[in-house]
Amino acid sequence: MIRILLAGQGGQGVLSAGKIIAESGLHEGKEVSYLPAYGPEMRGGTANCSVIVSDEEIASPLCNEPDVLVAMNAPSFHKFAPRVKKGGVILVNVSLSDDHAGRDDVSLYEIAANDIAMEEGDVRSANSVMLGALCGVTGLIQDRSVVSCLQEKFIGKPKVLEINEKAFAAGKAAVAKKK
Amino acid sequence: MSKILLHGTEAICEGAIRNGCRAFFGYPITPQNEVPEYMSVNMPKVGGVFVQAESEVAAINMVYGAAGSGVRSMTSSSSPGVSLKQEGISYIACARIPCVIVNIMRAGPGLGGILPAQGDYFQATKGGGHGDYHLIVLAPSSVQEACDLTYLAFDLSDKYRVPAMILADGMIGQLMEPVELPPMRALSDIPKKEWATDGAFGEKRRILNSLIIKPEDLEPHVNQLQKTYDEIARNEKRVQTWMAEDADIILTAYGTVARICKSAAKELRKQGIKAGVIRPVTVYPFPSEEYAKYAGTAKAFLTVELSLGQMVEDVRLAVAGKKPVRFYGRTGGNVPDENEIVEAAKRALEGGEA
Repeated sequence: MIRILLAGQGGQGVLSAGKIIAESGLHEGKEVSYLPAYGPEMRGGTANCSVIVSDEEIASPLCNEPDVLVAMNAPSFHKFAPRVKKGGVILVNVSLSDDHAGRDDVSLYEIAANDIAMEEGDVRSANSVMLGALCGVTGLIQDRSVVSCLQEKFIGKPKVLEINEKAFAAGKAAVAKKK
Repeated sequence: MSKILLHGTEAICEGAIRNGCRAFFGYPITPQNEVPEYMSVNMPKVGGVFVQAESEVAAINMVYGAAGSGVRSMTSSSSPGVSLKQEGISYIACARIPCVIVNIMRAGPGLGGILPAQGDYFQATKGGGHGDYHLIVLAPSSVQEACDLTYLAFDLSDKYRVPAMILADGMIGQLMEPVELPPMRALSDIPKKEWATDGAFGEKRRILNSLIIKPEDLEPHVNQLQKTYDEIARNEKRVQTWMAEDADIILTAYGTVARICKSAAKELRKQGIKAGVIRPVTVYPFPSEEYAKYAGTAKAFLTVELSLGQMVEDVRLAVAGKKPVRFYGRTGGNVPDENEIVEAAKRALEGGEA
């Protein structure tokens, strides 16, 4: 069972990325749950969601001590990094965050998600970059499951799909170098 | 059939539509807005009716009318909105009209907050509105159950002519999980309602009413209602129990909290403490016998709720003083994690307050 917490600023696509992980897990016949934080949020505020992918029945859908944290910006890193399980993984978007000291007991991956996304054609695909990195580091779900979710999501938008597919691959490549 | 990923709110709607619900009346309130949103799109697709009413009071009275004409009808709201519906619910219960009311509970009292809570247990199971009546109250703990129990609610409500309630916390509303949807039921497959006011057409007039002014008429009517509740209590209690046979401490909760209790029980067992879980699926009728069954073997019970202690009263009645029944609750929209429950369970076993 892997518990993933994705966090960022509203609009960065953390909820979409979380749903894609859950959908992909479901495609692969796994048990999944997706729980978005649901508070008095506003545009530009914080957004986060908890995703669990498991081979067995999922009891609690909460993710208070995640195995993996995907932090899309600095406030998300600082808020959630202390909660990550010892021996867990943190993926942080260094385009919008620096100073990641303090957790020597986890594997930290720094990914310039916004820069990579812009290189691939659109900064809005930064969430796909982080998805690629997540898949690269954890091997949690297969590339083709994610790609088929992206195809479904961007049906009728071939240009957007292409950018996101490239962003996903680039995110995966970015962590391959560091592994 | 393959599974699809759905929100709890969407699963509730699918359970309703697939079991013949063809009229929905609602008024927006967080955290259940996805129910009317989904219904506004999907009711017209099956030839049903969607009305955004001018208020919760109007919505429940529209249910009264539509369901009275024999159409399977539903309304949905969250705690403060469900309070507003209580007068209508009492009328509907008295007039013996089947319908389904959804309460995605938020934190109270008052306007409260929009985050998950379970503070409406008393309102849902003990009355809520005025007079001697009950609802059939079903408490889903997964998205699959949100669908299945809503589907079931329509059948139970029709069978007994008692309104049914789906009592879910805000987490169920937002949670997405895989769901296997039941097949779409043909309306022709739903038993005909011989009491519905759907046009006399030369037959004897049918009247649905909640004003029974003569005491010699009202008393037998209320007694008849009670007989129905007794019958429901005999036939329709539903409960899910996990590892209770050898358990020293039995955790009990309904809805999503029961799942966190299950995670806590697993952790307790890892630490060498025998823990089990009892989860009422129907909170009215309450599955008291299941607690009585383990009152001899367990050392203590711990009720966990997103409230300051409501269901715990029914657990205490069921355990009947044979063993201590402790309580652990969080409010305000805060949800306890499994570690908190593990610690509360240890305190409960040691005999202290949880």
